[in-house]
Amino acid sequence: MSEVDLKKRRLLQSAGAWGVLGIVGAAVPFLQSLNPSRVTRLKGMPVEVDVSNMSEGQQKTVMWRGKPVWIIKRSKEMLASLDVLQGNLRDPGSESSSQPSYAQNQYRSVDPNYLVLLGVCTHLGCAPTYRPEKGAIDSEWQGGFFCSCHGSKFDLAGRVFDGVPAPTNLEVPPYHFKDGALVIGEEGE
Amino acid sequence: MSDWLRLRVPFMYDLLDHLKHYQAPKNLNFWYFFGALSLLVLGNQLLTGIWLLMYYTPTAADAMASIEFMMREVNFGWLFRYLHAAGASFFFVVVYLHMYRALLYGSYKAPREILWLSGCVMLLLLMAEAYTGYVLPWGQMSYWAARVITSLFKTIPVIGEPLVLLIQGDYEVSEVTLHRFFSFHVVLFPLIILGFVFFHTLCLHAVGSNNPDGIEIKDNLDAQGKPKDGVSFHPFYTVKDVMGVGIFLFIFLSVVFLAPRGWGLVLEPENFEIANPMVTPLHIKPSWYLAPYYAILRAVPDKSLGAIAMFASLLMFFLLPWLDRSPVRSMRYKGPLSRITLGLFTVSFLGLLIVGCLPATYWATFSARIFAILYFSFFFLMPIYSYYDWHKVPPSRLTI
Ligand code: HEM
Ligand code: FES
Repeated sequence: MSEVDLKKRRLLQSAGAWGVLGIVGAAVPFLQSLNPSRVTRLKGMPVEVDVSNMSEGQQKTVMWRGKPVWIIKRSKEMLASLDVLQGNLRDPGSESSSQPSYAQNQYRSVDPNYLVLLGVCTHLGCAPTYRPEKGAIDSEWQGGFFCSCHGSKFDLAGRVFDGVPAPTNLEVPPYHFKDGALVIGEEGE
Repeated sequence: MSDWLRLRVPFMYDLLDHLKHYQAPKNLNFWYFFGALSLLVLGNQLLTGIWLLMYYTPTAADAMASIEFMMREVNFGWLFRYLHAAGASFFFVVVYLHMYRALLYGSYKAPREILWLSGCVMLLLLMAEAYTGYVLPWGQMSYWAARVITSLFKTIPVIGEPLVLLIQGDYEVSEVTLHRFFSFHVVLFPLIILGFVFFHTLCLHAVGSNNPDGIEIKDNLDAQGKPKDGVSFHPFYTVKDVMGVGIFLFIFLSVVFLAPRGWGLVLEPENFEIANPMVTPLHIKPSWYLAPYYAILRAVPDKSLGAIAMFASLLMFFLLPWLDRSPVRSMRYKGPLSRITLGLFTVSFLGLLIVGCLPATYWATFSARIFAILYFSFFFLMPIYSYYDWHKVPPSRLTI
C-alpha cells in the first residue's frame, strides 16, 4: 500500500459529503409532492353551517376534510342524561381525548345545546351511528353513538364507555360560532 | 451456436448454462413445486395487469365504472379481471405453502438465512401490492379497508400523523390516495418485487436447495466434484415442474371459470357497491390472506398494542433462523416437541384466518386470543423446545 495522500482523501470526503447533501436535497421535492396539494388544502378550508332551524334531537352531517362532522341539537333531557353516566365512562373528563380546550368540559361543546363531533370512531375509523332512543342498544342505553364495526359505545357527548375497543372519546374538531352560524375547521378569536 | 453466443453475450450464456445444470437434490417432492408456481402466478399478475391497465381509470368517479365496462363490453375483459383477482388469492395460497415447506424441512436454517429473509421481505411487498390493488376498484370494502389500514399507522408515536398525511396526500383517504395507490400498485411495488425475485433466485443458487431430508448434498461429491445425490435442473425438474403447473392450472382455472368470485373470498359482494365515506359497511373484513394478522390486531384490547402485536406477528418470521436451535433441519428427524408445536402453529394460523373473517363477537375474540397466544408461543418458545427436543440422527445420504 502506498501512503495515503491526506489532501486528496479530504477532497474525496468533502465531495462525498456534498453528494449526500445533494441527494437529500433532491429527495425533498419527491417527498413534498406526496403531501396535500394546494387544491387539497383549499378543499380542507373551514365550512359554515346554518344551525338556526335545527329541531331538538336532530342530527346534521357535513363533510369537512373528507370526514363526516356531526352537529346535534341536544334537548334538556339529553343534556340531563350526561350527568348520570359518569361511572361507566373511560375518560369522563376528556383528559386523554382530543378536543380543543373550549370543548373539554362535561358537555364537550362551546354551547351545550349544540354538539359538534367528528363522526369517526377512535378505534379504527368506522362511522358510528346516532342512536338517540333510550334502550336502543342495551337496557341502560341513554342515547348516544354506536359503532357497529367492533361494538364501541359513546354517550351523547361522544364520551366512550368502558370495556369497548375504542380507546378515547370521539374527537371534537375546532369550531366556533360566527354571527349565529357554525364555522367548522377554524378556531374562534 | 453456443460458441457464437458465448463470445457475444457471455453473461447471459453463463446464466442460462447455470440454470440448466443447477444441481438439485434428487428427492425433491411436491412441496418444491410452490416456488415455480409463485413465478407462474407472478407472470399471470403482470400479464393480466398490463391488459387491465388498458381500460382501468384511477379516479373516484370512474374507477368502478371502468372495471364494469371492462367486464361487460371489452372482449374477454371478464377473463383478465377474474384471472387477476383470483391470481392474487392464489398467489398467497402458493406463497404460504412455499413458506410452510421451509418450516417442514428447516430451509430457513444456516446457510439459507438471507434466502429466507429475502422471502420474508417479498411477503410484506406482496401484502402491500395486494392491499393497494384491492383499493383500485374503489368499492365500499376498498375504501374502508384503506381507512382501517392507514389509521393503523397513526398509532406510531410522533411521526404517525404526518406520515399518514404523506401517504394519503389528503386529510382522509380520498381520490388523491386512490391515484397514488394506483402508481404504487402498477409500477413501484411490481418493480421492487421483480428485483427481489431475482435476488431470491441468486441466493438460492449460491447456497443450493435444501431437501426433505434436510442434509447437504454438497457433503458427498463424486470425482468430478458434483454432488452424488444431485441431478441437473434440466431436464429433471423442468419436466417435473411442468406436471406441477398442470395440476395447479387445473385447480386455478376451475375457480376462474366456475366460481370466479371464489365464494366471496376472491371478490367480496360488498365491494360491488361504490365507496361512500359516510356509510361504513356493517362488517369490515380484510381479504382472507390478511385475516390472521387482522385477527391478532382485534384480539388485543388496546389499540396501539394491537397494532404492535400485528406488526410483530409478521416480523416473527424474520427471526426464525435464529430462534431454531435444533441440530437437525428436517421435521423427519426433529423430535415430538417440534412436531407438536408446528401442528399447533398450523391450527392457530388457520384458526386466526377464520376468526379474522368473522364479526368480532365474544367467542370470535376469545378464540382469537387463544390462537394468538399459540401463534406467538411457537416463535418465542422455539429456542427452548428446539434445543431440548429428542431429535434423531439424519442419514448421510438422501433417502428416496
Ligand atoms: C405482483 C402481484 C400482484 C398482485 C398480488 C395483485 C393484486 C391485485 C388485487 C388484489 C387487485 C384487486 C382485484 C379486484 O378487485 O379486481 C388488483 C387490481 C388491479 N391490478 Fe394488480 N396485482 C399484482 C400485479 C399487478 C401488476 C404488475 C399490474 C399492472 C402492470 C396490476 C394492475 C392492476 C389493475 C389495473 C387493477 C385494477 C383492476 C381490477 O380491480 O380489476 N397488478 N391487483
Ligand atoms: S372502528 Fe368503531 S369499534 Fe372498531
